[in-house]
Amino acid sequence: MYRYDEFDRDFVAARVAQFRDQVARRLAGELSEDEFKPLRLMNGVYLQLHAYMLRVAIPYGTLNARQMRMLGHIAETYDKGYGHFTTRQNIQFNWPRLVDIPDILAELASVEMHAIQTSGNCIRNVTTDQFAGVARDEIADPRVYAEILRQWSTIHPEFVFLPRKFKIAITGAAHDRAAIQVHDIGLQVKRDDAGRIGFAVYVGGGQGRTPMIAKLVRDFLPEEDLIAYTEAILRVYNLYGRRDNKYKARIKILVHETGIDELRKDIEAEFARIRDGALRLPRADIDAINAYFAPPAWTDLPDDSAELAAARRADAGFDRWVANNVAAHKAPGHAIVTISLKPIGGPPGDATAGQMAAIADLAERYSHDELRISHEQNVILPHVEKRHLKAVYEALKATDLAAANAGLITDIIACPGLDYCALANARSIPIAQRLSERFADPAREEEIGELKIKISGCINACGHHHVGHIGILGVDRKGEEFYQITLGGSADERTSIGEIVGPGFSTGDVVGAVEKIVDTYLAVRHSRDEDFLATYRRVGQRPFKEALYG
Amino acid sequence: MKLITANRLFDGAVVFLAAEGWVADIARAAVLNAADAIEAGLAAATRAVADRHVVDVNVIEVTLDAAGLPVPVRLRERIRAFGPTVPFGEAARERLAA
Ligand code: SF4
Repeated sequence: MYRYDEFDRDFVAARVAQFRDQVARRLAGELSEDEFKPLRLMNGVYLQLHAYMLRVAIPYGTLNARQMRMLGHIAETYDKGYGHFTTRQNIQFNWPRLVDIPDILAELASVEMHAIQTSGNCIRNVTTDQFAGVARDEIADPRVYAEILRQWSTIHPEFVFLPRKFKIAITGAAHDRAAIQVHDIGLQVKRDDAGRIGFAVYVGGGQGRTPMIAKLVRDFLPEEDLIAYTEAILRVYNLYGRRDNKYKARIKILVHETGIDELRKDIEAEFARIRDGALRLPRADIDAINAYFAPPAWTDLPDDSAELAAARRADAGFDRWVANNVAAHKAPGHAIVTISLKPIGGPPGDATAGQMAAIADLAERYSHDELRISHEQNVILPHVEKRHLKAVYEALKATDLAAANAGLITDIIACPGLDYCALANARSIPIAQRLSERFADPAREEEIGELKIKISGCINACGHHHVGHIGILGVDRKGEEFYQITLGGSADERTSIGEIVGPGFSTGDVVGAVEKIVDTYLAVRHSRDEDFLATYRRVGQRPFKEALYG
Repeated sequence: MKLITANRLFDGAVVFLAAEGWVADIARAAVLNAADAIEAGLAAATRAVADRHVVDVNVIEVTLDAAGLPVPVRLRERIRAFGPTVPFGEAARERLAA
């Protein structure tokens, strides 16, 4: 894992001191709210419906046990005993007091964490595959490049006041678990014919009010040019991105209005100008960052574990959990565990302080002190020996974290919605809860197979509804909550934006509508092997429309 | 019928303007009918902003429930007044474990 160097430590400590002073000056009346607001936002502090909200960065979703324990400690000491993991692989605390936030930031700094650039028109936390470094299909660990980008983009003076916020995502494998095509820049690690590492570069994807799929701007960018090329894109965006209209300010609009071919010329011209300068990454620097992400000392094990096989036979609940929540690891005898934060009837992505502490213990004991947060709002134990899976499962069960539903219909992404968020039009969490209760029967869930439901409480799309196989968007219709359903969205290597199926549904009707969609899918699919998305792509909207409105 | 709400600066808590100052319990809020009462309330709120007591002042519409207590008309404001509509933290976990 990356460890702070002296520069990182001094910088974060200085920011804490600076913010402490800013809060003091605000409370003393030396700063007005108008002056203070941009300063607090730069440190991840929002004012939401009930209270301030603090968004803490978890760079590329990786953290260790000490850091997770600190998040639990903060939840316990300064908040109401829980936190919310987000689709940006971050964590949000919903109830901190402004006066306490400098202390919270100091506590975070003590474990090499912060809230810088989690808000504002800057380059945000770079997100990546939650299976980075352990996935069998991976070409290279994308966190190495995410860390390089983090170092380059942190308070980069040229890019702290962009036309709008800017999000970069990286996948290290051809199978995209990081939704790169709906980010401002999406990077896919690949090798060229000579075996050199580089990236396919996508630009101009995004969700929100105007969802767009990113365009391929360069098929192969050599590894050492990562920063120069990214800087070229940012510079072109900074120059031409629209500052006159907030809704047209994202790079996706620039790409759409200018055209990718035209924009590519500008980007390539700028790249040609700077690529041989100071921004070329020296081999030694890439190697140094790579060393931080070197795999832990995995035990030499046969791939099959007799203990695991026996435990699966003896316990049907465990067997089901292994089938759904355990993924293949690159080291023999090891596995990747997804801890579902989607218990049936629970608020998606929430964990209590006690659960965070329990997860930290498990990471230390069974996962080489490593954890990941997925953009699907779950927690990952990336390095569990197969023979230890049963013990991990029992420990998770003891703290109500053993939901066996990763990737299934009840593994729902939902944003905080109107229960917390000042921008929301409608609630998201209660819809997710009712949906998971409706589909709680394990046999039915497994019969349905992989199906991603994603819910946002407003058009900002933090709940990724545009790329849900079934997307649900909360809208306000004459003071009433209403839910618009989209079908056929996807955020993997075959990204698609969901299409609105028809008129929206009331709070009372939306769960029944989703059930009709699911039943229709089960009726029209060729076989169990044809998942929801494949079926939808084959049959289109018609049968679903008929079932809903026919 | 209206009342005036804001968030307390130092901790962000939702508060309502009452005869005795800013209160957390909407039941104690001053329900304002007349235009001049609303205006006087807003003037008090403006002073409270200047005094760094509150931020984000809003006038919201309310009705009275059977007990004569104010209930905001908009769901958003009801959620602000009464809290999230879903259990959270330990309460959510215990509910699920039960
Ligand atoms: S999608 Fe809207 S309601 Fe949901 S968290 Fe984002 S801004 Fe808030």
